[in-house]
Amino acid sequence: MKILVCITHVPDTTSKIQFTSDNTKFDTTGVQYIIGPYDDYALARAVELRDQTSGKLTVLNVGEAETEPTLRKALAIGADEAIRVNAAPQDSMYVAKQIAHYAKEGAYDLILMGRESIDFNGGMVHGMVGELLGIPSFSPVMKLDIDGGKAKMAREIEGGKELLEADLPLVAGCQEPIAEWKIPNMRGIMSARTKPLNVVEAIAQETQVEAVKYELPPAKGAVKLVDKDNVSELVNLLKNEAKVL
Amino acid sequence: MSILVYIEHAEGKVKKTSLEAVSFAHALAAQTGEGDVVAVALGTIAEEELAAVGSAGASKVMHAADSKLDEGVIQAHASALAQAYKQVGAKTLVLAKSSLGDAVAARLAVKVGAGLASNVVELPKTDSGYTVKRSIYTGKAFAFSTITTDDKILAIKKNAIDLKTDGEAAQVEQFEAALSESDFASIITSTERATGDVLLPEADIVVSGGRGLKGPENWGMVEDMAKILGAATACSKPVSDLEWRPHHEHVGQTGIKVAPSLYIAIGISGAIQHLAGVNSSKCIVVINKDPDAPFFKAADYGIVGDAFEVVPKLNEALKAEL
Ligand SMILES: Cc1cc2nc3c(=O)[nH]c(=O)nc-3n(C[C@H](O)[C@H](O)[C@H](O)COP(=O)(O)OP(=O)(O)OC[C@H]3O[C@@H](n4cnc5c(N)ncnc54)[C@H](O)[C@@H]3O)c2cc1C
Repeated sequence: MKILVCITHVPDTTSKIQFTSDNTKFDTTGVQYIIGPYDDYALARAVELRDQTSGKLTVLNVGEAETEPTLRKALAIGADEAIRVNAAPQDSMYVAKQIAHYAKEGAYDLILMGRESIDFNGGMVHGMVGELLGIPSFSPVMKLDIDGGKAKMAREIEGGKELLEADLPLVAGCQEPIAEWKIPNMRGIMSARTKPLNVVEAIAQETQVEAVKYELPPAKGAVKLVDKDNVSELVNLLKNEAKVL
Repeated sequence: MSILVYIEHAEGKVKKTSLEAVSFAHALAAQTGEGDVVAVALGTIAEEELAAVGSAGASKVMHAADSKLDEGVIQAHASALAQAYKQVGAKTLVLAKSSLGDAVAARLAVKVGAGLASNVVELPKTDSGYTVKRSIYTGKAFAFSTITTDDKILAIKKNAIDLKTDGEAAQVEQFEAALSESDFASIITSTERATGDVLLPEADIVVSGGRGLKGPENWGMVEDMAKILGAATACSKPVSDLEWRPHHEHVGQTGIKVAPSLYIAIGISGAIQHLAGVNSSKCIVVINKDPDAPFFKAADYGIVGDAFEVVPKLNEALKAEL
């Protein structure tokens, strides 16, 4: 089975989010970049499925040269080869068109990615790729088993889940508990250095949705503490001050 | 020209988030002079439920009552919606950001060539260009994004807009979507839904417990509080990882994002990944025995104390007052 996992290169989940002084760009000072946490779930499940079927696992990222350490990490976790589509990601459709283009060339049985990136939280790329390729797409997928060309999945719905079946090929946006995150071991890190990381050029595609300015939410005021022996004061505050009861 | 709104429902009940999307579209139509709001409802929905869509601001509901559309088969919903979009001649589609909404909107964006903006929190600025404000970095920042395409899809973040409730009754029209077998190529074999309780993603009050509660056997007092407040229950990630609570209650960066009026966190430290899923709440109350727990920095009100002591007393006080 040929599996493609698309990963994002995003600020670490503990990053303090800041913008440059004119608020037009993300300030990367001191920011550590990681594989998107949802993509990590997709990758972990893909490694397991590849191992079960002795297939091939390719990871892909649409990004500029600075994302290569993130791709190397995915190789260390277990991917066989990596593709970097050499372009700054513009918007969801831009990224989806690049992925669909290279996915079509590679004729993958399964295309996995995280349910959303943790920077723009769009949750749209998997659906767009599915539509562009004319194959089904599912998200957020929390369970995925392959049985003879058929996928059995559980998809999260608000307050529950749906169990689904579909034929391959398909696209899935993944989330926990589809698999446990995998941490690269020494052997993985060593072998990642020699695995192929191919840089390919982006196809032409216009930006449809362009972020022009950023803003931080207003700073939070100090917490109002209530004595633990006077809990009715809290009820009073919630009712009469915050007016949320 | 009309603005089209995609309506989601759970077992025939229209979701509040979809009514918010209708309210958003109504305000948008008033702002841009884009005409009226037409809602598309797919599957078995009672007449009186569709009336609520009218009070939120839709003048017409296109209803495809085909029961095959009751479940959210993504491709079928996207196909039906694309047909409605073309039939109405809409240029804008508004929907609620949700697990089904995202999946459907993404496919539709390709079908109709629309620029799609998600997590929209305000009406767009349309005086020069078309700029939407979106929540990004899991609620830690906002982006102002310009959509350059003629066709536009806006996925609205929940609780970002006030519900309109005084609209006129909507005219309900039957709508036949031509759907092929391939639209139903994937089969939903079963659905498991939490019943009876308030659904977490749509709840107005959320009572949440963390590892500080020590074990699943101690959740009784959390459930009691939820019952008193008519709230949904939630938890931190380790709690669902340990299977003390079901996965769909886990909130945060990798879990559900909630934006209730009131979020009560009990025995949760307030790690940045947890805050990422709850920082859009209007009011946050924290109960934690550690005065240095980071959650107090994000909270509006707090009690430093042992949850096993504070929560039963608070439940009594709430019961007495409400
Ligand atoms: C990539 C990534 C993604 C993550 N995503 C999420 C996510 O989506 N959601 C999430 O929640 N976490 C997430 N986490 C985990 C997160 O970092 C924290 O580990 C987690 O939120 C801690 O949960 P907790 O506060 O329940 O437990 P703890 O950190 O163990 O805190 C327990 C708290 O309970 C208090 N306490 C103990 N006993 C009592 C008592 N008797 N009465 C009152 N208070 C008491 C303690 O003082 C402490 O503050 C993620 C982590 C990573 C690395």
